[in-house]
Amino acid sequence: MSETLKKQSSKFRLELLNITKQYPGCLANDQICMNLMPGEIHALLGENGAGKSTLVKTIYGVVAPDSGQIIWDGHEVDIKSPSKARDLGIGMVFQHFSLFETLTVSQNIELCLSPEQLSSIGDLAGRIQELSKTYDLQVDPTRYVHSLSIGERQRVEIMRCLVQSVKLLILDEPTSVLTPQEVAGLFDVLRKLSKEGCSIMFISHKLHEVTEICHKATILRGGKLVGTCSPAEETPATIAKMMVGDLAEQDAGYTKATGEHIIFSAIGLNLPAKHPFGTSLKDIQFDMRKGEILGIAGVAGNGQEELMSIISGEDNRTVNNAITLDGKDISTLNAGKRRKMGLAYVPEERLGRGAVPDMSLSENTLLTHSSGFVSKGLVNWNAVKQYAKALINDYSVKCHGEFSEAKSLSGGNLQKFIMGREIGQNPKVLICAHPTWGVDVGAALAIHQALLELRDQGAAILLISEDIDELFLLADRMSAICNGHLSPVVRTEETTIDQIGQWMAGTFIESNPSSQEVNA
Amino acid sequence: MDIDLITQILFAAVKTGTPLLFVALGEVICEKTGVLNLGQEGMMLMGAVVGFMAAYGSGNAGIGIIGAMLIGSAMSLIFGFLVLHLGANQVATGLALTIFGTGLSAFIGSSVVGHTIPGFQPMHIPGLSELPIVGKALFSHDPLVYLAVVMAFLVSYVANRTRLGLTIKAVGENPHAANAIGIKVLRVRYLAVMFGGAMAGLGGAYMSLVYTPMWVENMTAGRGWIALALVVFASWRVGNIVLGAYLFGVASIMHLVLQGMGWSISPNLLAMLPYVATIVVMVLISADQFKEKLLAPRSLGKPFDPRQMA
Repeated sequence: MSETLKKQSSKFRLELLNITKQYPGCLANDQICMNLMPGEIHALLGENGAGKSTLVKTIYGVVAPDSGQIIWDGHEVDIKSPSKARDLGIGMVFQHFSLFETLTVSQNIELCLSPEQLSSIGDLAGRIQELSKTYDLQVDPTRYVHSLSIGERQRVEIMRCLVQSVKLLILDEPTSVLTPQEVAGLFDVLRKLSKEGCSIMFISHKLHEVTEICHKATILRGGKLVGTCSPAEETPATIAKMMVGDLAEQDAGYTKATGEHIIFSAIGLNLPAKHPFGTSLKDIQFDMRKGEILGIAGVAGNGQEELMSIISGEDNRTVNNAITLDGKDISTLNAGKRRKMGLAYVPEERLGRGAVPDMSLSENTLLTHSSGFVSKGLVNWNAVKQYAKALINDYSVKCHGEFSEAKSLSGGNLQKFIMGREIGQNPKVLICAHPTWGVDVGAALAIHQALLELRDQGAAILLISEDIDELFLLADRMSAICNGHLSPVVRTEETTIDQIGQWMAGTFIESNPSSQEVNA
Repeated sequence: MDIDLITQILFAAVKTGTPLLFVALGEVICEKTGVLNLGQEGMMLMGAVVGFMAAYGSGNAGIGIIGAMLIGSAMSLIFGFLVLHLGANQVATGLALTIFGTGLSAFIGSSVVGHTIPGFQPMHIPGLSELPIVGKALFSHDPLVYLAVVMAFLVSYVANRTRLGLTIKAVGENPHAANAIGIKVLRVRYLAVMFGGAMAGLGGAYMSLVYTPMWVENMTAGRGWIALALVVFASWRVGNIVLGAYLFGVASIMHLVLQGMGWSISPNLLAMLPYVATIVVMVLISADQFKEKLLAPRSLGKPFDPRQMA
């Protein structure tokens, strides 16, 4: 591939010179220079907060740089807005999809096109179908977006770029929401595009994907460019080293544990969806054992949220006898009573559910920890502060102290704080969603250690995550959720990423409709 | 009930429904872009008083209408600046706008209390107005009644058939996504808010120039609120708004009709009817969360700051 690249033209499609962007209190991009050839698949790597998103948003005209030049096809350009970027032939697929759920696929695509482009295309629905065939991207233009799966939505986003004959396609963490099979399909599309000369900029955290598909990689750290490499000549470990700086323990391979005593069960849990975009739970059945981590894999929106809120008690509908903790039916208890019985919960949404944004960290501690700090209806604030301080220290939460408002913390730091707060209650059962989502490598390691320690103390942990690598790393037993059905539960060492990936796509539903638990 | 009475009820219902229709058509566009403006009542009152004063001073009802629409959009610009530019709470700001408009209209209107103007002459539609019952009830109105119907068609067409309508819907559904694909979210919202203001002013002017051609303090008597309820009642659909406006018109005049028929019910009790109807409809709609979520603009009432990219 690299040879064909050289043959094409020595001219770069895109060159960035000294791009700098200062945000209040943070230099997001510091003199970044990089370039891209036509047809090149270029990875942009870095930890959270390294400045990747800011850089691509600069290219796409969403963010205006403070200084620096953008050279496009040999000419300096000033990309003032996304529509200007699109006129140049730059398309972007966002991490959090920028689709409108109550509009149809073709309406969504239409919104992105200028009236001139629209008239030159003529029959938009026809063009969409034609492109679907060429690139094997199945999208029905008449469907409403809210009825599409995550993978289908991504196809719509890509389609939206293809319709306007794109020369540079930017993808911001495109694979984080896909099943392994869908990832393979996406890579086929990208390779096809690359062969036709379209440059691709690919942001990812998953290093093995980068080594698989990218020709070149640029690595950012703390807003600065720290290196470029050819991923094919590197291993995930060496790239990770460049990203983090000092060597982080990747793939530490934690020891697996086996629990005996069943402490928590869900028995035939059926629950209709609460809102039109929700998922209904269908006959969910699993056990959790003391001293064991149960991992549930799945693509977002397949019922994880519903499952967690019915278990935690946040969803206050009663499901008779379907949930038991320590042998007692807890399905009629509210969330507070369940917490008193030893159930702790780390929700997916940190700000707003895991913590109150406008409250200080000590106040947020008190939210789930009232028992020790309140006597005769009065709060012992000194004790609360001491405790919050200890949490901040123990989990090395970066903040200005226990008075900091929760919203002032970065996602990773807040997550460490919330994890610490919940673990600090010595729960019997911990339900934990996406524990390291958006957390940098160092913090993720600390969270992993904390979870394993809790497990080794005899707690049962339910880990719900989209990060299949993390689940394999941490979970002792594994399952997958798809469209509200839970797959069989198996021991982690007895399954493969491929099998779990297939389960995430729902293959177990037809083959095993009763979704019986396989005994581990 | 004799034929004459039915004709009269229909005639009055259309007349009573017209100001509601104007205001609700403005508000529905505003809400479709995700902005909830609770200041309708205040803007209506300002429209009513300024419209009346302009018509009284110039002797031309048309100038009154234009004045009312201008003052309505000016009022909405205050709201827009606070809510869109400064990110103020939409509910609180809207309520403040209503209180502000109520007070200011009473203040500036005190000099014209008790004066009257000729208002608009009815426009008989040739042919149709000769029809029995409906001819008198539907086709012998002042020009503004027809204008309201035309506006309803126009708003419906723009909202459902044009790219502008698509843009409006996109902004109300997901402003961050709209911004990311290059739609100027704040501009769209400003224009929608101003359209809402102009329509509210027009609705107010209808009260003071046509419905009862005079200015009395607080003369809209809660119609701004009914119009707001009407938008929810209609689940943001223009067709339903037209239907609802005239239905509310019927409800509003029922107390007069029933009295005329000799029912001995307290007129105060009957005057409550449209408000009770509003509450009942609101309860029914919000009881069905499923429906509410699918129909309501997703980001309704949520501020959008383009500097804070998610």
